[in-house]
Amino acid sequence: MSGFGRLVQRDLRLALRQGGDAAMVVGFFVLAAILFPFGVGPEPELLSRIAAGIVWVTALLAALLSLERLFQADWEDGSLEALALMPLPLEAQVLAKCLAHWLVTGLPLAATAPLLALLLQLDAAGYPALLASLLLGTPTLSLIGAVGAALSLGARRGGVLLSLLVLPLYIPVLIFGVGAIEAGIGGFGAGPHLLLLGAMLAGALPLAPLAAAAALRQALE
Amino acid sequence: MTLHRFANPARFMRLSSALLPWCGAAAAAFIAIGLYLALFVAPPDYQQGEAVRIMYVHVPAAWMASLVYALMALASAVALIWRHPLADIAALSAAPLGAGFTLLCLATGSLWGERMWGTWWVWDARLTSVLVLFFLYLGYLALVNAFDEPGRGARAGAILALVGIVNLPIIKFSVDWWNTLHQPASVFRLGGPTIDASMLWPLLVMALGFTLLFATLLMIRMRTALIEAKIRALMLSEIERHGAAAPRGAVTS
Amino acid sequence: MSDAAARFLAMGGYAAYVWPAYGLTAGVLGGLLWWCLAAYRRSQRRLERLQGTREP
Repeated sequence: MSGFGRLVQRDLRLALRQGGDAAMVVGFFVLAAILFPFGVGPEPELLSRIAAGIVWVTALLAALLSLERLFQADWEDGSLEALALMPLPLEAQVLAKCLAHWLVTGLPLAATAPLLALLLQLDAAGYPALLASLLLGTPTLSLIGAVGAALSLGARRGGVLLSLLVLPLYIPVLIFGVGAIEAGIGGFGAGPHLLLLGAMLAGALPLAPLAAAAALRQALE
Repeated sequence: MTLHRFANPARFMRLSSALLPWCGAAAAAFIAIGLYLALFVAPPDYQQGEAVRIMYVHVPAAWMASLVYALMALASAVALIWRHPLADIAALSAAPLGAGFTLLCLATGSLWGERMWGTWWVWDARLTSVLVLFFLYLGYLALVNAFDEPGRGARAGAILALVGIVNLPIIKFSVDWWNTLHQPASVFRLGGPTIDASMLWPLLVMALGFTLLFATLLMIRMRTALIEAKIRALMLSEIERHGAAAPRGAVTS
Repeated sequence: MSDAAARFLAMGGYAAYVWPAYGLTAGVLGGLLWWCLAAYRRSQRRLERLQGTREP
């Protein structure tokens, strides 16, 4: 697994060297979310009703922003071809990239979410489910996003295309992510929703790298 | 493009030119009969009255929306595994047709729902998953047209089509897994159809008509795609010939 | 207009929903048919032009 670990380290180092990336993603997350009180008005009752949705949707959009560069840099400078020839299977390399991506986007988003929830007047009972759903959901977002990024590699208007491809596939994650928080607030227990999020993650972990690697091989043909 | 890549497509061109008139005529016939049955013969519903007649266009459109996507995914799998040149063309040709049926399903369903449920739209599991299906079609069409290199779009689209297949069981079973406003299955279910025969027959006739229409349109689009490929090959050989300053002459096909 | 025909067109009061639904069906399916045929004929003509003479 040392090849895998080294690849994760490499991507992490690249991401952190560019420094601004994680900060920009979190910055967008916060800015987009606080647009809503300006848009719908600051009344606490209204905001608390839609807080779960706002946090999840803006987290989703923020995760989407950094996906385009997942494979772009390696593809442009030719190192993607070299990576494809490595002994470590391409699927494992995709998984390594997804892990690095999640550590630099999903994890910071989940960490910042409670602060935003405070600003958006989320009901106190929703905080545990908020954290749990984001921690379970954002890795799936990275995995599905990797498939989209691989498919749109080299396409015209790649960034917009990526969003078009990935957003419909994000909808189930969004539905159950918000559902978990609403269930937690309503006292019904977020368990079933979180289990479904976990099931989606369990499904995406083997399948997304498979699809993304196939798409990468086609891009390299 | 070497010659043998056209060998199979040539057989398809011959087959489809023989089949097309029959397929088209059959489609027209079944749709005409279906319309007659749906509008004149089928009884009004005891609850919904005459509004139930929308079912005879809405349900076949819905069946086609899912069926076409399943066929697209199957063609994509064949294209990826066996690299059959016709499989790519089949998937590409089917996509706009499927999107059209899905749009029709959503629009007619909305009209029906406004009367029956009192709302033009509701975010229940069935409607949401069919809307997602529509966006999957649009995403597929955007992807296959987003590349300058001709084959790349079709190959990427094949993967996307297979990734989106998870949506089909969700559409089918959404009315069972969730409390939906949309009614549960009354035709394709384990115990057999619960719908009355006087309504089932017009439905099946219309569905068959839609399927034959789809087959006709698919063949037309595939023939068009093959002709376009031939045009590209001819133009390429023109350029090569002019570049080599070879003597001009009429092209033999 | 005869009584029976008027009743048929009224569709038990649901005319505003039933007829647009059927109209949309005719429109979408007819439109798809027209679009497919038009593209097909256009391609056919291009091919014939390319094959008939060398001059485009």
